[in-house]
Amino acid sequence: MAAIRKVHRRGRFKCNQLRRIAELMDVRSIEPELRSLMVAGLEGDAAAHKMLLEKLSVQLRGYFKAQLGRYGRDPVEAEDLVQEVLIAVHTRRHTYDRSQLLTPWVYAIARYKFSDYLRRSKISRTDVPIEDAEALTAYNDSAQVESNLDLDKLLAGISPKTRQAIQYVKLEGLSVSEAAARSGMSESAVKVAVHRGLKALATMITKKEPR
Amino acid sequence: MRTDKLIDILSTNVEPVKPGLLEKTLAWAVVVGGATAFCLMLATVGARREILNGSELGFFALKIGWTLSLILIGYLLLTKLIRPVQTGRKLVAVISFSFLAVAVAGAVALIGSADRRIIILGTQWVTCALCIPLFATVPFILLIWALRKGAPTNLKRTGAIAGLVAGALGAMAYAFHCPDDFLPFLAIWYGGLIALCAFIGAKFGPRLLRW
Repeated sequence: MAAIRKVHRRGRFKCNQLRRIAELMDVRSIEPELRSLMVAGLEGDAAAHKMLLEKLSVQLRGYFKAQLGRYGRDPVEAEDLVQEVLIAVHTRRHTYDRSQLLTPWVYAIARYKFSDYLRRSKISRTDVPIEDAEALTAYNDSAQVESNLDLDKLLAGISPKTRQAIQYVKLEGLSVSEAAARSGMSESAVKVAVHRGLKALATMITKKEPR
Repeated sequence: MRTDKLIDILSTNVEPVKPGLLEKTLAWAVVVGGATAFCLMLATVGARREILNGSELGFFALKIGWTLSLILIGYLLLTKLIRPVQTGRKLVAVISFSFLAVAVAGAVALIGSADRRIIILGTQWVTCALCIPLFATVPFILLIWALRKGAPTNLKRTGAIAGLVAGALGAMAYAFHCPDDFLPFLAIWYGGLIALCAFIGAKFGPRLLRW
């Protein structure tokens, strides 16, 4: 910090440069952590997975608020996009290649979901320009608001089997085998139903009326 | 819903993810699609009966070799495109180069020949033009199904390569019937029809692959 102040006296340009370097260093320090959380989550570590999603949500919220502002949209919609990407990160996590960096993978999903959002709300036909994946980690924002996603409405709209599976496994935290025993479904049927329920959650966000 | 609640839901009972699932699904789609195309060829036009001698055998090997190389490169490309981030530009260049090489070889053979009609139209160009897209249909459906299990972000290119692989599988199946052993015929009909399949794939990719 003292170094930055010292440079500040020499001129604004150098100060910005230093700040950018500091940001880059921040990116480098956050990537290994996120990646090891992701890998642990892929091995089935729920706590690591939760921490990953929490950290990503903060970054994503900042990123989407900035993007929405750039396209002249209400930053309130950021929460919907954050949740849409979190669901995608979770349900598509098998598409992450463990030998690659994690941040560009998340950034690619976020950018894809944002251009999809622009297309369905017919704001713009122009593509979202590709930036460095660091655009994602440059922001963070932990101020949550309620999203448009209504869990009760979702649960009412899906098939009873799917509802039961989501209820047992995801809301009450029963293990898959316990849920299978209690509902009389096979374990693989429970897994399929849970997966289907999470997909329905994602479609619910994309199909809702724009506010 | 608040994002905290969503993260709780997503990180309750996290299942471990096995690596290599996407590659297996894609390979399965290619193999089953190819087998279906081959059976369809046997059931409709049937395989060539005559025993192939020197140059005929060479042409048969060329048709199979070229389509097979397109299938293999296309498969490799799809294993990249099925994930966010990876674009596989180099492999797209390899495919374009291989098309160019076949086109040049066809043109050279055309210049050096007196009887152009037969080497362009062959004896069965109508059958060829109908069969290749027909045989490509099932592989295309299977490939789209496999790709939807992933998270492609460049939908146009992914659709195009799915079309290309399906077209190449259709062309390879047709090669077992095809009695026309001329380079210009190969370049125009095989090359053109595979390119047409790729074009159709690119056209429908964004609609079929959206997630």
